[in-house]
Amino acid sequence: MLSRVADSLYWMSRYVERAENTARMLDVTMSMMIDTGGIAPDTRWLRLVHALGRPTELEWNGNADAMAHRLIFEAFNRSSITNCIDSARENARQVREEISSEQWQRLNRLYHQIHSLEAQQLFEVNISDVLTMVLDGIYLFDGVSDGTMIRRQGCQFMRLGRYLERAYATATILEVHQKELFDSYMDEAANELSISNQPELVGLLRSCTSFEAYCHVYTAEITPGRVLEFLLLNSEFPHSIHYCIDGIRSAIEAVQLTGGRQAPEQLTAGIGRLHAMLGYSTIEEILRGDTLNFLNSIRKQCLQIHELIYRNYVHYSIQSALAG
Amino acid sequence: MAINTPAELKSIFGEYPLDDAFDEMRSENGDVRDHYRALAQTLARLPESELQRHKQAADLSFLTQGITFTVYGRNEGTERIFPYDMLPRLITATEWERIERGLTQRITALNLFLRDIYSDAKILNDKIIPRELIYSCKHYRRQMRGLQVPRNVYIGVVGSDLLRLNNGEFVVLEDNLRVPSGVSYMLTNRKVMKRTFPQLFNSYGVRPIDHYPQLLLQTLRSLAPEGRPEPNIVLLTPGYFNSAYFEHTYLARQMGIDLVEGRDLVTHDNVVYMRTTHGLKRVDVIYRRVDDDFSDPLVFRSDSALGCAGLFNAYRAGNVTVTNAFGTGLADDKAVYAYVPRMIRYYLNEDPVLPNVETFLLGEEKERKHVLANLGKLVVKAVGESGGYGMLIGPHSTAEQRDEFALRIEANPRNYIAQPTLDFSRAPCLFGNQLEPRHVDLRPYVLYGDKINIVPGGLTRVALEKGSLVVNSSQGGGSKDTWVLE
Repeated sequence: MLSRVADSLYWMSRYVERAENTARMLDVTMSMMIDTGGIAPDTRWLRLVHALGRPTELEWNGNADAMAHRLIFEAFNRSSITNCIDSARENARQVREEISSEQWQRLNRLYHQIHSLEAQQLFEVNISDVLTMVLDGIYLFDGVSDGTMIRRQGCQFMRLGRYLERAYATATILEVHQKELFDSYMDEAANELSISNQPELVGLLRSCTSFEAYCHVYTAEITPGRVLEFLLLNSEFPHSIHYCIDGIRSAIEAVQLTGGRQAPEQLTAGIGRLHAMLGYSTIEEILRGDTLNFLNSIRKQCLQIHELIYRNYVHYSIQSALAG
Repeated sequence: MAINTPAELKSIFGEYPLDDAFDEMRSENGDVRDHYRALAQTLARLPESELQRHKQAADLSFLTQGITFTVYGRNEGTERIFPYDMLPRLITATEWERIERGLTQRITALNLFLRDIYSDAKILNDKIIPRELIYSCKHYRRQMRGLQVPRNVYIGVVGSDLLRLNNGEFVVLEDNLRVPSGVSYMLTNRKVMKRTFPQLFNSYGVRPIDHYPQLLLQTLRSLAPEGRPEPNIVLLTPGYFNSAYFEHTYLARQMGIDLVEGRDLVTHDNVVYMRTTHGLKRVDVIYRRVDDDFSDPLVFRSDSALGCAGLFNAYRAGNVTVTNAFGTGLADDKAVYAYVPRMIRYYLNEDPVLPNVETFLLGEEKERKHVLANLGKLVVKAVGESGGYGMLIGPHSTAEQRDEFALRIEANPRNYIAQPTLDFSRAPCLFGNQLEPRHVDLRPYVLYGDKINIVPGGLTRVALEKGSLVVNSSQGGGSKDTWVLE
């Protein structure tokens, strides 16, 4: 597979995943703002902005709807949903011959939908409906991708993009909530559940589309420790970081099995280390230690893996390729 | 026997004046031509809303499929669907037989001409074509002199534009020997039409064109360098901002080959490689959709970022085939065009099957005087341009435009030619639920590998604006499906 094509597929997938994350987090934030009591809207907004990686152009202006409008539609704003969809489509357009027509058509349709007058009208009626429209479009895209894309390297690079983006985003949102939810957890002797934190925990789970899955595993009894354990260490849930790193590991293996360049020691070791870190840690250890640092190191390692993938498969030197 | 237009057909003709131009559907007295009758009857029987419904469904499907071209110079809405008309243009078997024979003859001669010019230049020594005309051509590539190309084929893919004149005869308006485009519209239009008129399509016995991608692949394969039995064939595109990008992706996908950009290619020891996730992979055949100028910054324009440095040397070494070859634009220069009938006689010793349009060369003083005196009646074209740019259409021009062109011609007569304003044929198009005539041309696609292949049909381009003679998509033209009948 052409390196440029692999790169485009990787980014297409990342942007789709990013649009999905942003839409879901915004939806949860907006619905929590309506609830009485609790945290002030501007704090909530700030938290959302931090979870999105602290983009600079989204300062709170006192009007939640206007802010939501900017985050959804502002095409020039790098972190807006529209911008993510535009970028995903732009990447898809450059690899039209590599993805199936069905995939392209779903993505292209989503692009036309978000740019349409109907989307604006829908926004006036109900913001959540616009976000649902985006999410539905993305689920359709994911569905046809699963059903129509040939399982070759392109597919693996899409998986790499999705899982790296998801792991990174989950680590970021956990970092944002770290202080209030998890930091004081061990000190308070673990058992005393602060009831006021319950809705926040539920919101966090819903932001990661994991509330129902959590209940399956732990019942609806929600404690900070379990939430963190679920989102970090669960090996069966697609939005937990452990699961994502597992996906990255198997995608890299599949790339090699299908004749891709030998992954350098650094890359396999990097992925292996992170995988082991999540596979063999217990939540007590993590909470007793420096939780923030732990989350931070996950993000750093994700960045490193991204960099190594790029250097090995996309931007390698000709010298090294001719020698191999 | 010509049957009068039945009453039920009258309703489908809106404002449909007949004049001197040949009408594809109706004869001089207004009757529907025999081969169009089934189509007319189908139209008359369809409920009004039905065609509109098909049209809307097709528009939407073009948009979601992204079958669009890029309009340069705007930010919002830069992608448009290529306007098309829902009625097919019909060509009878007899008409097609002549077109096919004529194009085969013409392309054979043009290819021999290119080979001759880039080797011994006999045709110049024999004074059939003036030497200075060739060497002053902006698309002449000195670098191609003495270079052996596989199978001696310079032009693997050609799209020639034909017009039909008042007498019903097809003539060649121009040959596109560099990077002809539009074939994807031919293929996608056909898909839509099959869905719109399945029964009609079937009863007409329309000759298929869907195998074009396979034929193209076969052609490219046959041009592979020697000793490469399993050639790696790629399509080289300038990138996604190019107006024909959809076509590039479409063809690459249909042929199952990689679509590469210049930045994907590297050369080493005169071999071209592409960067893949497996490492470097050798490239054997390049179907090139990038102009000569931009193909190799070391040999052609040094400011081009679209090509691949070293490509030409690899080509010269015979390690990679590039088709169409470099320098083929020489033979579609509009002044050289005037000599094509003479080429056919010179190389093949045959009379041309498809005539040329009468052309005045402005480098000749006598012809220039005649043209300058009659600018209001003629069409003046810059010789090296395409896509309808750099043209003066006499009858539709203002006095200032004519003065301006007269100055330009005096300043550089070699750069212009003039032709009579052609009253070329019109075909019915659907507006609302009625038919109106619009001018059409025809661009069949010719493939030249181990032999010459022409898929029956081509792209019929339509000047959608009333009275307009310009069919180029960049200037408000559209297209319609072309049915060659059994």
